[in-house]
Amino acid sequence: MNLQIATLLGQDGLTNGAIYALLALSILLVFTVTRILLIPLGEFVTFGALTMAAIQMGKLPQLEWLLLGLTCIDCSLDLYQQARSRFNRRKLQGVALKLGYAATLVILVHTLPLAELPMGAQILLTLALIVPLGPIMYRLFFQPLADAPSLVLLIVSIAVHVSMVGTGLLLFGPEGARTKPFSDSGFHLGSVMLKSQTLWVILVSIFLIVTLFIAFERTLYGKALRATAVNRMGARLLGISPVFAGKVTFALAAFIGSASGILIAPITTLYYDSGFIISLKGFVGAIIGGLVSYPLAAIGSVAVGMVEAFSMFWASGYKEIIVFTLIIPFLIWRSMTSHHVEDDE
Amino acid sequence: MSTQDNKLLNVSDLHVAYGKVEALTGIDLTLKEGQLVTVIGPNGAGKTTLLSAIMGVLPSTGTIHFNGQDFFSPEVETLVGHGLGLVSEKRELFSTMSVQDNLLLGAFLRYRRGDTSYDTTLAEIYSLFPRLWERRHQQAGTLSGGERQMLAIGRAMMGKPKLLMLDEPSLGLAPLITREIFRIFADLRRQGVSILLVEQNARAALKVADYAYVLEGGQVAMHGPAADLANDPRIIEAYLGLASKHQELLSS
Amino acid sequence: MKQRYLIIIGLITLFLAPLVLPTFQITLLNYIGLYALVVLGLVLLTGVGGMTSFGQAAFVGLGAYATAYITTTEQLPEWLSWTAGSPWAGLLVGILLTAVVALFLGAVTLKLSGHYLPLGTIAWGISLYYLFGTMSSMGGHTGISGLPSLNIFGISLDKGEKIYYLIWAILMVAIWITSNLLNSREGRAIRALKGGQLMAESMGINTFRSKMVIFLISAIFAALSGWLYAHTQRFVNPTPFGLQMGIDYLFMALIGGAASVWGALLGAGVLTMLKQWLQDFLPLIMGGSGQYETIVLGLLIIFMMQRAPGGLWLILVKLTPVSWRNQHRIKVDTSAADLPRQALPKKGDLLLEARHVTRRFGGLVANNNMSLQLHAGEVLALIGPNGAGKSTMFNQLSAVDSPSDGEVLFLNQSLSNKTSRQVAQMGMSRTFQHVKLLPTMSALENVALGAHMRGKKGVLNALFHLERDEEQRLLKEAQYQLNRVGLGDHLHTEAGSLSLGQQRILEIARALCSDPCVLLLDEPAAGLRHKEKQALAGLLKKLRAEGLAILLVEHDMDFVMNLVDRIVVMEFGEKIAEGLPEEIQTNPAVLEAYLGGAE
Repeated sequence: MNLQIATLLGQDGLTNGAIYALLALSILLVFTVTRILLIPLGEFVTFGALTMAAIQMGKLPQLEWLLLGLTCIDCSLDLYQQARSRFNRRKLQGVALKLGYAATLVILVHTLPLAELPMGAQILLTLALIVPLGPIMYRLFFQPLADAPSLVLLIVSIAVHVSMVGTGLLLFGPEGARTKPFSDSGFHLGSVMLKSQTLWVILVSIFLIVTLFIAFERTLYGKALRATAVNRMGARLLGISPVFAGKVTFALAAFIGSASGILIAPITTLYYDSGFIISLKGFVGAIIGGLVSYPLAAIGSVAVGMVEAFSMFWASGYKEIIVFTLIIPFLIWRSMTSHHVEDDE
Repeated sequence: MSTQDNKLLNVSDLHVAYGKVEALTGIDLTLKEGQLVTVIGPNGAGKTTLLSAIMGVLPSTGTIHFNGQDFFSPEVETLVGHGLGLVSEKRELFSTMSVQDNLLLGAFLRYRRGDTSYDTTLAEIYSLFPRLWERRHQQAGTLSGGERQMLAIGRAMMGKPKLLMLDEPSLGLAPLITREIFRIFADLRRQGVSILLVEQNARAALKVADYAYVLEGGQVAMHGPAADLANDPRIIEAYLGLASKHQELLSS
Repeated sequence: MKQRYLIIIGLITLFLAPLVLPTFQITLLNYIGLYALVVLGLVLLTGVGGMTSFGQAAFVGLGAYATAYITTTEQLPEWLSWTAGSPWAGLLVGILLTAVVALFLGAVTLKLSGHYLPLGTIAWGISLYYLFGTMSSMGGHTGISGLPSLNIFGISLDKGEKIYYLIWAILMVAIWITSNLLNSREGRAIRALKGGQLMAESMGINTFRSKMVIFLISAIFAALSGWLYAHTQRFVNPTPFGLQMGIDYLFMALIGGAASVWGALLGAGVLTMLKQWLQDFLPLIMGGSGQYETIVLGLLIIFMMQRAPGGLWLILVKLTPVSWRNQHRIKVDTSAADLPRQALPKKGDLLLEARHVTRRFGGLVANNNMSLQLHAGEVLALIGPNGAGKSTMFNQLSAVDSPSDGEVLFLNQSLSNKTSRQVAQMGMSRTFQHVKLLPTMSALENVALGAHMRGKKGVLNALFHLERDEEQRLLKEAQYQLNRVGLGDHLHTEAGSLSLGQQRILEIARALCSDPCVLLLDEPAAGLRHKEKQALAGLLKKLRAEGLAILLVEHDMDFVMNLVDRIVVMEFGEKIAEGLPEEIQTNPAVLEAYLGGAE
C-alpha cells in the first residue's frame, strides 16, 4: 500500500463513515424518543437513491402512488376516529391538507419534465415524496403499539423492513442504479486526487449534523423531543404527546435516510435491497455508542467506515464480517461493566 | 372572586379500578373558579388516583366537567390543551436537561399556539423562586428535593393553566421548605389561580384552602369549608388510627 | 384427558401420511418438520423467555455445514480425522460448534438490555452467511454437494418418505422434552424471566443462567435441524441460512403463537403453505417475478402484533369448547419427603443491621444516616409519611441498591458487594410493594418458585423428567406454605385471578417457601380486608414465635400498632423516632410528621 492508495481508501472510509454517522444519529434519535429500533431506515436510503435515479432518467418514480395510497389509508383512519368521537374542524382541515399534498405530488410527478429539471429541484422532489412516508409509517404501524413491550416494537420494525424491501422491488425493479454526481470537477491536493462527491458527502453530512445539534439544543421543538426521550410522562403532562414526538422523529429519520441515499447514489450502485446492510452499519455505530451517546455513535460510525474501506483492500471477502465483528469488544466491555438487573420490560 | 357559581371543575360519580379492585368509588367533587380546594386523607385513600384520573393518566368512568366541557376518560394531552396542569407526586422532571429548559418546556403548548409572552412568565417564576434563577443552567437531576419541587411547580405554571393540580407538594420536604411552598400557594390563590391541592400534610393544607374533601378508602368521607374541618377530631383518627385519647395532642 | 386423544390421533395420522401422500407433499411436510424444530427453540426463547434472536438460521447453517464438511471432505485435517467422515460425528461437531458460538454470543449480550441479543444475532447471522459464501473449503456460493444419506439400523434414509420418520420423530421428542422442561423447577425459573427479573433474582434464581439455558437449547435445536436438512437435501449452500431465513423463522413463531410448543408446529406449517401459495398467486396479479410475498407477510405480522399478539394457536384455543381445553392440574404427592429446613438462629440474635446508611441520588438525599437493627424473633415496623425514604431504605436492606455511605450487615456480612440473589441464598426473603407474580401460572407454581434454591436438579434432569422425586418435594412444600397462609383452596387458581389481598398473601407464602430467617415485607396489609388483615397478623405472630425476624414497611397504623414489637419512624430520609408502639403513638415528632407542623 502506498500513500496514494491510502488516501483513496481514506476518502472512501470517510465518505461511508459520514453516511453511517448520519444514520446512527437518526437511529439513536428514534430509539430514545420512541423505543423503536428503526431497522427500515435503510429502505429510506434506497428509496431516496432509486427515486432520484428514476427522476434523472425521466422515468416515473412510482413512489407517488405509494404515498397517495398510504395517505388515503391514514386519512380514512383519521376520519373513522373522528366519526366515533366528534368532528373537529381543525382535524378535518388536516385531513384535507394531507390528501391535497399527496394529490399535488402525483400531479407534479406526472406533468413535470423530470429529467430536465435542475438537480436541486430533483432533490427537493425526491425528498418531498419520501419524507412524509416517515410519519405515515409511524401512524399506521407503530402508533397502535405505543405501549407494547420493546420486543414487539422490534418485531414490527423488522416486519416493516421486510415489507418495504418487497415494495422497493415492486416500485423500482431488480436493477441497480446510479445517479449523476453533484458536480464534475475533482481537486488535486498535491499528488492526491480528491473526488468532488466525497467532499459533497462530507460537507453535507457535517452541515446536517451541526444543524441537528443546534435544533436540539436551541429550539423548543428540539427540546420537546429530548424531553420525551428523557421522561415520557413528564412530556405528556406538558402537552407534548408521544404521537407528535413519534411522527416528528420518523419524519426526521426519513429525511436523513433519503438525503443519505441521494448523497451516495453517485458513488455506489444501489439495489432495492441494499438498504439493510447500510443501516446495519449505522446500527454498529449506534451500538458502539451504547444506544445512548450521540458523539460516541458518530465517532464509532466513522471508524466503521474506515475499517470497511481498509479491509476492502486487505481482505475484501471478509469485509462485512470484519465490520460486524467490531461490535464484539464493545459488547464485552459493556457486559463487564453492567451490573443492573433488567426489570419490567 | 365574584364568579361564585362558576364551576371550573366538576367531577361526578368517578370510578377507577385497578383490575378487579376499585380504587375510587363514586367520587363527587366541585371546584369553583379562583378557589383553592384541598383533598386530604391518609395514605392509600386514593388521593393520587383521583388526580391521575382527572388528568387522564388513568382510565376512569364517570363525568369530568372542566372549563365548560365534558370529558369522558380523556387523553392527558387533550386536558393539558384545555388548561389543566398537574404537578405529579413524582415530579416527572427532565433530569438531564437544564432547569431553564425544563421551565421553557412548560410553555411548549403556548409556544406552539404562537403565544410569545412566555418570557414574561419565565421572569415571574424566577422572581417567585430565586433559587431556580441561581441554578438555571444546572441539570434538574442535580437539584435537591425542595428545588425539584419548586421546579415542578414553576414548570406547570409556565403553561398558565386555568386549574393547577398539585399532588403532595410537601412530599419529603423539610418543614421550612414546606412552609415556603405553602406560602406561594396562598399567593397564587390571591392572584386568582385556581388550585386543587392533594396533601397528606392536613394542617398546612387546611390552613390555605377554601374548601376541603377528606378521602378515605376510595370515598369522600367528609367535606366542608376548610376552616370547619381544621378542628374536626375525626381527621386525626383517619390518619393515625389512634384512639380518641390522643385528640388533645391535635389541639395543642 | 381429551388432549391426550388428540395427540394420539395426530401421531397416527403422521405415521400414515407417507403411505398415502404424493412425494411433493411429503417433501413439504419434511420442510415443515425441519422448520418447526427451529421454531420450537424460538418459542422457548421468545414466547416463554421474552428474548429474541434473528440468528437461528445461522445456527441451522452451522449444523448443516459442519456435517457437510465432515462427510464430504476427502482429506480431513488431523484433528478431525477421528470423525472418519461419519454423519453422526458431523452431528456432534455441529452441536459443539453451535454451543460454543451460542455461549459466546450469550455471554456478551445477555447481561445487557433486551436489545443487544437481537442486534448481536443479526450481526452474527450476516457474518456467518458471508463466511460460508467466501471460504473456498466450504464451497463458496456454490456450496457443497454429494452428502451421504443417513443410515439407521442398517436402513438407508435416502428418500424423502424415509427420512420423514426421522425428522418427525426428532421433532416429537423435542416437543416432549421442551414441555418437560417448562413443567419443572428450571422451567419455572425460565417462565419467571418475562414476569420481572428482579423478583426472580430475589427468589435466588440466576436469571442470566436461565436466559443462557434457553438460548443454548434453541441454538442446538436449530443445529439439529440443520444436520437433518443437510442429509435430507444432501447438498448445502449459504442461501437458506441467511438473515432472511432467520427472520422467517421468527415470523413462523409469531404467526403460530410464540407461547405454546404447538404454536411452533402450526406456525411452521401455516407460513410454509402460505408462502408457497403466495409465490404462485402474487406474480399473477402483480406481474413479473419477484419476492412480492414478503410485502404481504410483513404486513400480516404487523397486523397480528397489533391485533392478535398471541398468534393463531391462541385463537384456536379460544375457539375450542372449554371442556376440551387443557385442564392440566399439577398433582401434589403428599407422601413425598419433606425438604430439609435450616435451623433458625437463636431468639434475640442480631440478624440484620443498617449502620449509618446514606443514599444520595444526584442532589437528593433519600436516606440520611439511617441505622436500625433487626433481631431473630421480633417484628419491626418501618413507618413514615409518603416520600420519607422508606422504599429506598428497603432497597438498601434487600441489596437491590447499595448505600452511598455506611453499610448494611446481614448475618455479620456486609451486603455492599452482594446481589439480591446472594442475600436470598443467605436466608433473606421478601415481598414487593407492587405485587410481582406470574399471573398466568397457578398459585402453587408461583409459590414453588420461592423454593427454587432448595432444589438441586438441573436442566438435563428436567428435560427427561428425571427429577420428579425432588419436584414432588418442592410442590409439597409449596402446598404446605399455601395451606399455612390460608390459601389452601386456591392451589390451582391462576395467580392473576386472585384478589389483590390474596395476591399479597401469596407473595408471603412464596417468600416463606425459601425457608428464610429474615422476612422483609413491603406494605403487606395494603388492599386487604379486615378479616384478611387479622389472619395476616395471626400468621406473622406465629412466624415470630418460631423465631423468624420480620421487618415490614406499612401504612396501616391499626395493623402496625397491634402487631409489632418495635417501630422505626422516618421522615426526610432520617430516623426521627424509634421505640415501642405506645411510645411512638404519643411521640409529638411523629404526630407532627404525619399531620404537619402546627407552626
